[in-house]
Amino acid sequence: MIGIDTDMIARYGPLLLAGLATTIRICAVASAIAVAAGLVVALLLLARSAVVRAAARLYVEVMRGTPILVILFLLYYGGPHFGLVLDAEPVGILGLGFYGAAYFAEIFRAGFLSIPKGQIEAARMVGLPQAHIVRRIQVPQMLGLVVPPSVNQVIILVKESAVLSIITVGELTMNATRMANETFAVVEPFLAVALLYWLLIELIARSGRWMEQWARHA
Amino acid sequence: MIEIFLKNYGVLFGGTVTTVMLSGLAIAIGMVLGLALAFGLISQRSPLRFACGLYRSFWRGTPILVQLLIVFYLLPQIGLPLSPFIAAVIALSLNTAAFQAEIYRAGLMEIPRGEIEAARMLGIRKWTIRRRILIPQMFRLVLPPLINETIIIIKNSSLVSIIAVTELMRRSQQIASATFQPLETYLIAGAIYLAINLALAQAGRRVEAGLAVSGARA
Repeated sequence: MIGIDTDMIARYGPLLLAGLATTIRICAVASAIAVAAGLVVALLLLARSAVVRAAARLYVEVMRGTPILVILFLLYYGGPHFGLVLDAEPVGILGLGFYGAAYFAEIFRAGFLSIPKGQIEAARMVGLPQAHIVRRIQVPQMLGLVVPPSVNQVIILVKESAVLSIITVGELTMNATRMANETFAVVEPFLAVALLYWLLIELIARSGRWMEQWARHA
Repeated sequence: MIEIFLKNYGVLFGGTVTTVMLSGLAIAIGMVLGLALAFGLISQRSPLRFACGLYRSFWRGTPILVQLLIVFYLLPQIGLPLSPFIAAVIALSLNTAAFQAEIYRAGLMEIPRGEIEAARMLGIRKWTIRRRILIPQMFRLVLPPLINETIIIIKNSSLVSIIAVTELMRRSQQIASATFQPLETYLIAGAIYLAINLALAQAGRRVEAGLAVSGARA
């Protein structure tokens, strides 16, 4: 049987919790970037110009067909070769954000397409400005369809953020690896870290279900 | 970039073969486990349902990187020394089993209940119903998400580079540190992953179209 050293967990608890806080911070910023950039890419995917559409499609396909680790290595180790010198954490946030944007773009595109064309034509006829149509007619109706896959995507992003430990960002997985290296223990650090991720993701899934209810009533 | 490719294409090719083999094995093993889990998830026996649900919750709710570290460091602790390649296959298989189980469960739900009831009335045994009626029809329904899952596993297989499996990502890291040209090297690696995944998606669409012609439901 494997014994669990509770002392060790108490000693390294603060380190793990600090890692959890960093993970949450990174994921929050990266999710915001992913949603904002994803919305822009979704609009580009539906643009009138075929060239713009093709460029947006290329972006989405490249991001979705390449491992996040390759994207992070390109930015972190390849970045200096084209003048992008950033610390590991901003690279991680940008990488996760623009990677996630491709997935959010597809989610939003499906949302936009679900709205009957007649509504938009009618709004144009009435003379509503384009920004108004997006903000007041399209976005509110999309929410019900878009919220569940978006929550899912945020959960995927949180799990992907563990990869940031490979480019030395001091988040949860990185701190657990440090704990394993310092104590020569493997059971406690990795089970503790799995549990923390599990709790975090369960929390997001739950608030997601709550948001779904809210979106349906909005 | 072309120079790096020409000098290292043998190494890159070897890495690509390992990546494909690793992902292929994981998908195949995950398919068997995932099918068993899917039937467990819809089982009448609640302890079995609970156990399968718990398994699914853990493997879907924690980062694959953490799972990989757990398998790689924990199994030797309980007396199972593993080569990195075997550890990688085990971790990826157990992970994809949970995601595939969910795909199959959804597929099984789509098959009209009347067919199962009719088969039972005719006295066909439970296992025969599964093997001859449920599973063949289900695979046609779940092909698109299954292709998607395969692409995800190919991308995630890049993470096993951290436990020194010499697949495509690890080989690229070795080339990058030997040539000091990370940008070019990781662009090549990204292009190879992209090519594999685009080819898979294309093949998936072909097979799907072929099945749709002969399928009555589509």
